[in-house]
Amino acid sequence: MSAGVGVDLENLWIRFGDFVAVRDANVNINGGDFFSFLGPSGCGKTTILRAVSGFLEPSEGKVLIGGKDMRGIGPNKRPTALIFQNLALFPLMKVWENITFSLEISGASAKERRKRADELLDMIALPDQGDKLPSELSGGQRQRVAIARALCAEPDVLLLDEPLSALDLKLRQHMRTELREIQKRVGITFIYITHDQGEALTMSDNIAVMRAGVIDQIADGKTIYNDPNTAFAASFVGENNVFRGKIKQIMGNEALISTNRSGELVARISTANQGKLAVGDDAMMFIRPEAFAIASDGASGDHFVTARVNHEEFEGNVFNIFTEGDGGKEIKVSLPNLGQSFDDHTGQNITLEYETRNAVLVPAGELAAE
Amino acid sequence: MRFWFRRVNWPRNKGPTMPGFLKEFFNRNGIGMGAAILGLVLFWTIGLIILPQLSMLDFSFRPNLPPPEIGGPKDVYTLENYKYLIYGPEGGSQSYNAVDLRVFFRTLLAAVCVTVFNLILCYPIAYYLGQSKGNHIRIFAIMLIIPYWINEILRAFALRIIFGETGVLNTLFVGLGIWDTPFDFIRNDIALYAGLGYAYILLMIFPMYNVIESLDKNQIEAARDLGAPWWRIHWRVVIPYAKPGISSGCTMVFMLSAGALAAPQILGGPSSLWFTQLIYQQFNDNNDWPQGAAYAIVLLVTCILFVLAMMRLFKVNMGDIGK
Repeated sequence: MSAGVGVDLENLWIRFGDFVAVRDANVNINGGDFFSFLGPSGCGKTTILRAVSGFLEPSEGKVLIGGKDMRGIGPNKRPTALIFQNLALFPLMKVWENITFSLEISGASAKERRKRADELLDMIALPDQGDKLPSELSGGQRQRVAIARALCAEPDVLLLDEPLSALDLKLRQHMRTELREIQKRVGITFIYITHDQGEALTMSDNIAVMRAGVIDQIADGKTIYNDPNTAFAASFVGENNVFRGKIKQIMGNEALISTNRSGELVARISTANQGKLAVGDDAMMFIRPEAFAIASDGASGDHFVTARVNHEEFEGNVFNIFTEGDGGKEIKVSLPNLGQSFDDHTGQNITLEYETRNAVLVPAGELAAE
Repeated sequence: MRFWFRRVNWPRNKGPTMPGFLKEFFNRNGIGMGAAILGLVLFWTIGLIILPQLSMLDFSFRPNLPPPEIGGPKDVYTLENYKYLIYGPEGGSQSYNAVDLRVFFRTLLAAVCVTVFNLILCYPIAYYLGQSKGNHIRIFAIMLIIPYWINEILRAFALRIIFGETGVLNTLFVGLGIWDTPFDFIRNDIALYAGLGYAYILLMIFPMYNVIESLDKNQIEAARDLGAPWWRIHWRVVIPYAKPGISSGCTMVFMLSAGALAAPQILGGPSSLWFTQLIYQQFNDNNDWPQGAAYAIVLLVTCILFVLAMMRLFKVNMGDIGK
């Protein structure tokens, strides 16, 4: 889909006094994409959204929408619509008035507006709810009204600021699917802000992982999960086990590292770092909990890890084993529940096995806070 | 008052036949504290407001008699005090009491003007105070409050100094050559309107400020994002939200302006009486308490009816006024 209007950030800097909220961001968002900014709170993702919507002028650099520089153009003149974290529905207006507020501004007649509201209410599966007040709707329904209100303005780009964070888990998962469907149907560009990697992974075409004002990686969800650029991206997106060490030997795209506590291990160098690491560099190796298997006792080599089991838990779909790990952090192993019997290993040493392609090596760096 | 009812959580007491809200009130505050609070509130409303007003009402229906005849055969209920306002003295030259009625309606109209003028002046201030953050807001608020430490009469005379024939403004404008002769602010009632407006600025600002402060900034941004120009944001989002504060402020300013005495006395032009001055004259100069009471009751009732009519017109609930 390339029909939509793209958004480009060029060398974007945003400062508040001495504080740098966004540092040299360069992002190309394709028209019609569902693009997410993913990062912990305070990483600058909302600041970027405000710069795109026009509530904030960048200190340096450009925001381009459809190739057009947006500098000096106010939020009421940009082809964007923003969905606020708290939705910001107008509490004193009826649902249909809320939805068609943008039409009211352009001077459409009440009859026209009512008609458009009914169409949009049908689309969000809330027919005949137009005469209620927002306070009379449930959280999920309000959510959909906010989407309809934004879509009614027929924006080229829809901006969403963690709109699902106030909903309960079930509804949130349901709304993910719904948002994705709405986006496919209307075909416009969605820019989605979230700290929830599950939301970002399930909905997005592309994701930008942000940390302290810096964009660490921009890629599709699968790449970010399997082939992270940085230690932060590896540790923030999904669960991951870290092994710190020094690079001992480099063999093409693989490397042997001497880890602090698990001996010498082999890993695949992440794509972005290939050719950039050298022998002797501090590095971090990441292995996902689900990438481990239990090896037979006594097995050893450069893709085996032996550790003492602290505790175990049964989670239903997986069986989790927590062993002593590097730097005080436990190693988590998740074995899928396929009906096999699980032995209790607590207090014993077990040997874990992994495949080299599942161990990703990145330069040593800052980890995401737990 | 709401918050200090809630704060104290005394042991529960049960009253068997009390209505729900009273029961809850005593449950929250305990019998002792509850009774004390309730007693004070009742004393305040009944003892200090309702009973004196009732006695005024009683006065207004009685003839003005010398003290020995009070309670005598001539002391009967009569409407003559009210008739006087409408028809004037018996055997007078006019069929209507044109002088007093004109003063009465002029007072109401002027109070409406003061209210509207104050609203227009105070809404931007209240909006600014309510929506911006920082210490300068506190300084602003203090600057608004401090003039009220000075007593009303002094403030009124201070305005006379500004607006008088040889006052600050006239000296300035004549000195600059903008006007040839001094402008008579007093005779043209400008000093009076300014004085009344100034006296009630706080009562207009604070209720509005209170409401606007609680308005979610995102609402304003959402409206802007959807393309609304600033005036429409105010018209459709801020003003509807601030309506309880606006009506509360307007009610207070209107009632107090209509009932003001010091400002009209000091700042009013010689030809423009305020209705309260007539009431004062009846009580004080003519020593005719029943006539004064009747005038005061007419003013009070008219003001209340006017406010109720306005509330209905603008669809404001009584509960909103208390916000």
